[in-house]
Amino acid sequence: MIARDAERLPEGPAIRGKLGRDDLIMRGGMVVIALYLLVTLAFPLYAMLSKSISTYSFDLAAFELQVSDDEGRFDGTIRTAAELNEATGAYTPADLIAGSDGRLGVTAFFPDFSFRSPVRYRIRNATDDGRFLVGSTLHDDTSWQELDSNTFRRVQLRPVETRGLGNFASYFSTPALFNSIQNSIVIAVISTIVTVTLAFWFAYALNRSCMRFKGLFRLIAMMPILVPSLLPGIALVYLFGNQGMLKDLMFGASIYGPIGIVIGSVFFTFPHAFIIISTALAISDARLYEAATALRASRWRTFWTVTIPGARYGLISAAFVVFNLVITDFGLPKVIGGQFNVLAVDIYKQVIGQQNFEMGAVVSVVLVIPAILAFAIDRAVQSRQVALLSARSVPFAPKPDRKIDRFFFAYACAIGLFIIGLLGVCQFAALVRFWPYDLSLSLNNFQFDRMDGGGWGSYFNSIRLALLTAVIGTAVIFFGAYLVEKTRGFRTGRALFQMFAMLPMAIPGMVLGLAYIFFFNNPANPLNAIYGTMAILVICTVTHFYTVSHLTAVTALKQMDREFESVAASLKQPTMKLFARVTVPVCLPAVLDISIYLFVNAMTTVSAVVFLYSPKTTLASIAVLNMDDAGDIAPAAAMGMMIFYTNALARILHLVASRGILARAQAWRMR
Amino acid sequence: MLSKLKLTVALTAGLVFGSAAAAQTELTVYTAVEAEDLARYAETFEAANPDIKINWVRDSTGIITAKLLAERDNPQADVIWGLAGTSLLLLKSEGMLEPYAPAGVEALDPRFVDDSTPPSWTGMDAYVAAVCFNTVEGEKLGLSLPSSWQDLTDPMYSGHIIMPNPNSSGTGFLDVSSWLQIFGEDGGWEYMDKLHENIARYTHSGSKPCKMAAAGEIPIGISFAFRGAKSKAAGAPLEIIVPTEGVGWEMEATAIVAGTANLEAAQKLVDFSVTKEANEMYNTGYAVVAYPGIAKPVEHFPEGLLEAMIDNDFEYAANNRAAILKEWQARYDGKSEAK
Repeated sequence: MIARDAERLPEGPAIRGKLGRDDLIMRGGMVVIALYLLVTLAFPLYAMLSKSISTYSFDLAAFELQVSDDEGRFDGTIRTAAELNEATGAYTPADLIAGSDGRLGVTAFFPDFSFRSPVRYRIRNATDDGRFLVGSTLHDDTSWQELDSNTFRRVQLRPVETRGLGNFASYFSTPALFNSIQNSIVIAVISTIVTVTLAFWFAYALNRSCMRFKGLFRLIAMMPILVPSLLPGIALVYLFGNQGMLKDLMFGASIYGPIGIVIGSVFFTFPHAFIIISTALAISDARLYEAATALRASRWRTFWTVTIPGARYGLISAAFVVFNLVITDFGLPKVIGGQFNVLAVDIYKQVIGQQNFEMGAVVSVVLVIPAILAFAIDRAVQSRQVALLSARSVPFAPKPDRKIDRFFFAYACAIGLFIIGLLGVCQFAALVRFWPYDLSLSLNNFQFDRMDGGGWGSYFNSIRLALLTAVIGTAVIFFGAYLVEKTRGFRTGRALFQMFAMLPMAIPGMVLGLAYIFFFNNPANPLNAIYGTMAILVICTVTHFYTVSHLTAVTALKQMDREFESVAASLKQPTMKLFARVTVPVCLPAVLDISIYLFVNAMTTVSAVVFLYSPKTTLASIAVLNMDDAGDIAPAAAMGMMIFYTNALARILHLVASRGILARAQAWRMR
Repeated sequence: MLSKLKLTVALTAGLVFGSAAAAQTELTVYTAVEAEDLARYAETFEAANPDIKINWVRDSTGIITAKLLAERDNPQADVIWGLAGTSLLLLKSEGMLEPYAPAGVEALDPRFVDDSTPPSWTGMDAYVAAVCFNTVEGEKLGLSLPSSWQDLTDPMYSGHIIMPNPNSSGTGFLDVSSWLQIFGEDGGWEYMDKLHENIARYTHSGSKPCKMAAAGEIPIGISFAFRGAKSKAAGAPLEIIVPTEGVGWEMEATAIVAGTANLEAAQKLVDFSVTKEANEMYNTGYAVVAYPGIAKPVEHFPEGLLEAMIDNDFEYAANNRAAILKEWQARYDGKSEAK
């Protein structure tokens, strides 16, 4: 607003605010964190992007051939494969486009070829970068290979790397792949609508009603965040699969497909939506409600004119966070997607199944587009957001209302049952000896050292990763959010920074992991040394979960009036003192939420780290993936529950610790 | 603090034991072998070679292969011990393997040794395709026991068969490439067209169909025999069927990664991997091993499996892989809402 007014003023002599020490510190800090994001996000993504436009084609001019007569004598005529192709028309230009694993037979160049003939053939690369195979032996030098006709049959030309949009062309012309775009968007939109609606009313019940057991419900709502996204899939199989306990509720429909993905997605995105909406609803100005009451506005009208506009920013943030979580998640559709193809699983199939990194990169680029749209919408909404908590605000306190409180209690119970139910099923599955034929209980499924995928060692590695991520990540992210919110001026820099901070949400973990391989495993990269260490896992995890934490921090910081900074400046207090004495304490709930969010996500993350772990740093979450992948579903559920209990314990410790801290730092809330 | 302590201990130990501790070489070994076998492999080898220590990187075949290809310019692995033969052929065709003839390689079945001289890889054991049939669920649904691949196209089985997707599973590719070899190129695709009508869905892993069958989720799983035997041993009501037309198979093999800094230790490991002792170790989980004459029968393994193994053309599979997968995807993967 201020900026807009300033534009209307006539141009006077340029008055430039002096850059004080504070501004310099803040800008310096921003540059450091921006640099961090550049190295851990932008550069690897650039490596990925350049992979997507690297195409492979057969350069027929790079191969030279000679043919002998029937007695095996060569007359010295050398022809390139290109000349032969022109003469015979064996391959069309479209045939010459390939993937990195493309191969092209050579016998088609000789229409009268017979593998029994005594004719001999010579072939060589005309240039140093030409490559061909005889059988499976690679020849990449320029020496002649002389072969009999039977061996010549086994010659395969290899493509060379070029640059262009060929991969995208072939992506969009492959119906199987193209279809996934629609599938992904439909799934993400439905899951978003369902999740945000459910989460809003849940958050509303907890923040604006006087129903009972709020603390308990808050804990339950956070539970899905404590488990890998594959776990609801596993639970749904046990509930609604062909041998499921509640199979009849499906009325013949299959849980493997869109239905399963949506239910599972609602489960695992629920806390993400809840945390953001709840932060937005938590702080509100009671004066607005007093005004509404004084004006005799109906409850309904008050809701639409006061509550919703106040929570708008949170709602929209939540919507696009959920949308992106669903569209980029690969664990859940992999477990329960059946034949319903989605983009994230396509990446997996391209990269893992076919080792086609280029096409994997292309699908990733396609996946990034919705996220950039979401980012644009977010910016548009954000620019209209007004600070809700000013220095003069009065915190809102709900009044008891028996009927409404009961209704919300019942609603919260339904949500709670859904969440606890799915987890309970997993716990049950983990304890059953052999579902569904031997229902006796045993701890056999917890003998991880005997299963594929990592064993108990990986469990302890996960805890280490989670602790490191929580401590380092919270410091980096909150400080970054503070700088981007509260620095004066420097608008381009801030906008750029904000954009970087939004990007990780859009990047499927698997793409980030692959991008890291391409970037960090390059021997020319001075940061090569961190490859294969715990450090790269921490960096990757912090980056992967940057966005939600950043948004949580920004949402909290937004509630703080900028007047605090002005007051501090007029009192000649250094910004860093304000940061430590006011900002951090006021935002402490958000800071603590971020740290626990990072901890639990580091425990549950799968896709980003699947390419980055080394023998010394295997992880529990990857063990879940691998065990489920191998069909060891019960042990996968068991390891998933170990992650759950660890995260639950961490949350309890966190709660106890934070209660003490909050009692002191949040005294201002309790009037 | 702890690491400081460890360091002190290590330094002291180094001073006391001198050269012995200093000479220990660590080998990074990439593998797709089942986790429960790994500890045994490492123990047996390290007992024979106390100066070498193995660090495993274990993952599924697809991931290990992708990882190796991605690390092409800066390989992290020294040795690959237990990866699919077609994957090793792929790596060989990228020039990523160090040719080496391990001591005693002559003793192996030549089908299990790369035909270049010196060979780029040597085989260990084979896993063989088979069909897992859940007798309890089969009876409930009134399904008769199939005996051949062609039987599986009977409309009776509609929606009751599950198989791995060749685009993400090595076992799935093994099935597809073997059908193309058994029935011929055209006949193979014709067969898969009909089979597709009966498939409930395609999984991402090769062992999953059999485990799904074991759990009664889908009564028939196209998978591999070893997995079926294991599930049966765990108490699953399974019948393991060897289709009469013959079955595809894939070997697991060993190779040295070109450019390793620990060539000598890597060679020792590969030497060990072809010994009779090592092959006896493979035999615990696999009925077919590279060393002739030592294979003892594995519990619950179906009869006649070895005779049913087709004369597999690995080179055909590796060189036509991209084209086969593309065709498969166009035919079957596009039908997302098929069932």
